Amino acid sequence: MEPGPGRVKDSGKWQKPRFSRKALMKCCLVKWIIASTQPQDKGSFDSTRSSDSDLELSTVRHQPEGLDQLQAQTKFTKKELQSLYRGFKNECPSGLVDEETFKSIYSQFFPQGDATTYAHFLFNAFDKDRNGSIRFEDFVIGLSVLLRGSVTEKLNWAFNLYDINKDGYITKEEMLAIMKSIYDMMGRYTYPCVRDEAPSEHVDKFFQKMDRNRDGVVTIEEFIETCQKDENIMNSMQLFENVI
Amino acid sequence: MAGVSAWLPFARAAAIGWMPVANGPMPVAPRDHSKRKDELIVLNVSGRRFQTWRTTLDRYPDSLLGSSEKEFFFNEETKEYFFDRDPDSFRSILNFYRTGKLHYPRYECISAYDEELAFFGIIPEIIGDCCYEEYKDRKRENVERLQDDQEENKDLKLPNMTARETMWRAFENPHTSTMALVFYYVTGFFIAISVLTNVVETVPCGTSTQQKEVPCGERYTVAFFCMDTACVMIFTVEYLMRLFAAPSRYHFMRSVMSIIDVVAILPYYIGLVMTDNEDVSGAFVTLRVFRVFRIFKFSRHSQGLRILGYTLKSCASELGFLLFSLTMAIIIFATVMFYAEKGSSSTKFTSIPASFWYTIVTMTTLGYGDMVPKTIAGKIFGSICSLSGVLVIALPVPVIVSNFSRIYHQNQRADKRRAQKVQKARLARIRIAKTGSTNAFLQSKRSGLLDELLELTGTEADEQKLSKSVSLLESQHYHLLYCLEKTTAHEFVDEQAFEQNNLETALQSYTSPSPSPSSSHGESTSTCCGCRARRKNTPPYHHHHPQRGPLQELSAIHIQCVDPASHKTSRSSLNQKAEDGGRVNCRRGQVTTAIISLQTPPRRPPPPPIPPQAPPSIQTMSSSHIVKVSAL
Repeated sequence: MEPGPGRVKDSGKWQKPRFSRKALMKCCLVKWIIASTQPQDKGSFDSTRSSDSDLELSTVRHQPEGLDQLQAQTKFTKKELQSLYRGFKNECPSGLVDEETFKSIYSQFFPQGDATTYAHFLFNAFDKDRNGSIRFEDFVIGLSVLLRGSVTEKLNWAFNLYDINKDGYITKEEMLAIMKSIYDMMGRYTYPCVRDEAPSEHVDKFFQKMDRNRDGVVTIEEFIETCQKDENIMNSMQLFENVI
Repeated sequence: MAGVSAWLPFARAAAIGWMPVANGPMPVAPRDHSKRKDELIVLNVSGRRFQTWRTTLDRYPDSLLGSSEKEFFFNEETKEYFFDRDPDSFRSILNFYRTGKLHYPRYECISAYDEELAFFGIIPEIIGDCCYEEYKDRKRENVERLQDDQEENKDLKLPNMTARETMWRAFENPHTSTMALVFYYVTGFFIAISVLTNVVETVPCGTSTQQKEVPCGERYTVAFFCMDTACVMIFTVEYLMRLFAAPSRYHFMRSVMSIIDVVAILPYYIGLVMTDNEDVSGAFVTLRVFRVFRIFKFSRHSQGLRILGYTLKSCASELGFLLFSLTMAIIIFATVMFYAEKGSSSTKFTSIPASFWYTIVTMTTLGYGDMVPKTIAGKIFGSICSLSGVLVIALPVPVIVSNFSRIYHQNQRADKRRAQKVQKARLARIRIAKTGSTNAFLQSKRSGLLDELLELTGTEADEQKLSKSVSLLESQHYHLLYCLEKTTAHEFVDEQAFEQNNLETALQSYTSPSPSPSSSHGESTSTCCGCRARRKNTPPYHHHHPQRGPLQELSAIHIQCVDPASHKTSRSSLNQKAEDGGRVNCRRGQVTTAIISLQTPPRRPPPPPIPPQAPPSIQTMSSSHIVKVSAL
């Protein structure tokens, strides 16, 4: 039986293609044209595409949530939050910190060395939703953990920092990267001179201490357990209690 | 760095990330004992209140506001920091604390701004890039202006100049003495005569009887030779005199002007030495060309010419570029034209160097027309050539012009200030304002002594009448000067009294204190020198001396005497009081001088805070200076 005009029946026999709208919509080129002419999806107000971040970041402004909400989320008092926000806003008038600004700010505290790599890791640790910029909420929540959190929370934060790909395990390579970045901050002029093997030796020592089951990775449980047993680490965690 | 000091807590907190990898214990953190919550502080600057957080100011601890130095300005009653400074400038200073960037407002005077920065302990080098260039430009302008001021003093004749120095000074600054002026004009005249003879020499002035016209030079050989000799004599004498008077002969001989002088007179002497030999007469003729260099001697007489020369020197790079680009273009176009015209017959473009002439004439839009392209291609390229010529030449010219303009205006400024009329009026006005102060002091001294007398005699009413017209500050100041007098056993007197005393010591040559203000600086200065020399003979109780320091223009004031009629213009009402007999006459004091001279140097330590009535403050300074003087 002859197929009706305009209908392409799914039969084994090859049918002459009809120039119909349905068929047209299957063409990739057409799809692309239609997609590009549609208005861009605005997305949430405070999210930015990190691919063309520079230009967009300067025009996007971010207002943080209200003071009360932040107070509920963090352990800071109202006055502390006010003071923190003033400092934050002074340095980043748009309300968002991008990685470059973050790196430059952090580098200013370590003039002799190169703090950019460690700043990069820090940035990732603060930027929870990985959108390429730190908002004030991220900033303040991170600080709340660091300054007012319990020791476990702090250790969790540190683990998160070391775990670069956030997969729950610290591998030797990740630790080596972190260690190198810390040693980079020292710069060239140190006493005694930083040898090239120093970071990897340090990493070996760390793994010896932390890696209980010798499987080459450190999990969060091993990490916290080991740290809690180490008196020095416990003491140093309390060091920055009264920073603000 | 301080701009990110707000992030220091964050950086410290982030240090927790190092803790687990650390192998040993951490050092103890510094404790913040003050535990001060961030508070607003009020900065009251001349009535305008600025408020900011304390931590904002703490960002720069090595400035006044960031350190404990500001506690000196704390006002307990109003609980604010009071600064008696300009509130407009303070705005930019406070913004520096807020934003970390120091800006220079354009409307602000550069020295006022510098003073404010110095007061608040901020170095101007941290001015942001946006404003730094403007700041530096204004600063440089200001320095140049001050230098111009200082150069004025060159004109003052210092005492005890040797004949050599006097001569050199006369040569360099012809307006300083009449002899120099006469010499200046005479040399100028002879330069003109010399150039004129050179020119007229070549004009044909043969008569009709001659077969060919001869130039005047050959007709009146003797006359021209005499003229030439006379001029060269004058020039030689002048050159030798300059050489003698120059402070550094080696330096002088290497200077451009002296080289021009030498080149101007040398041909004559060479001509004298050489015989009328056929071989060398050709060379001799060329040498006469150098006589035209005499015209450059005019540059000593014309400032514009000197400026032009200086401009060309300073624009050497632009001129070099112009030359280079022109050369490039000439070669390119000459090559193109040559090959374009090669085809046509009987063409004038015989070679590339021959085409150079066409290219130059076309590019400078002269267009003599002795060489014209005939082929179409030649015409096309010829038109491109002339168009590009205009462009290439027009580009560096504005740079040269602006350079010339800048240098010219600088010189104009110096000249303006040197104009005597403006100077005199300004100085006279300043002096009149200041003389009131001296008179006030002398008056009060007298009334002080009168007070003593009255105390003895016991008439209270009189005492009150005299003393109430002087404010407390003035009276304290006068008391200070009085103490000084007692210490040194010398007294302050004013100019008239001083001169009177000098006359009394029977030295006749004291002629210059004529009331006319037109006495030249040189003469009056010598008077005062004479005064100083003679001072040693005068009795010690009539001791007074003009200030002679190496200071600014205003030190010239003291020389000019002013008629006593200006008494009435002085500020103090004390002048109306009757002079008691036998005392010092109130006249313009040479104290005035000392006062003003001290006013101008910007780097002197500031006088003690004195209310805005100018005269008392000036006198404070004068007292310190007169100490030096009297100690001689």
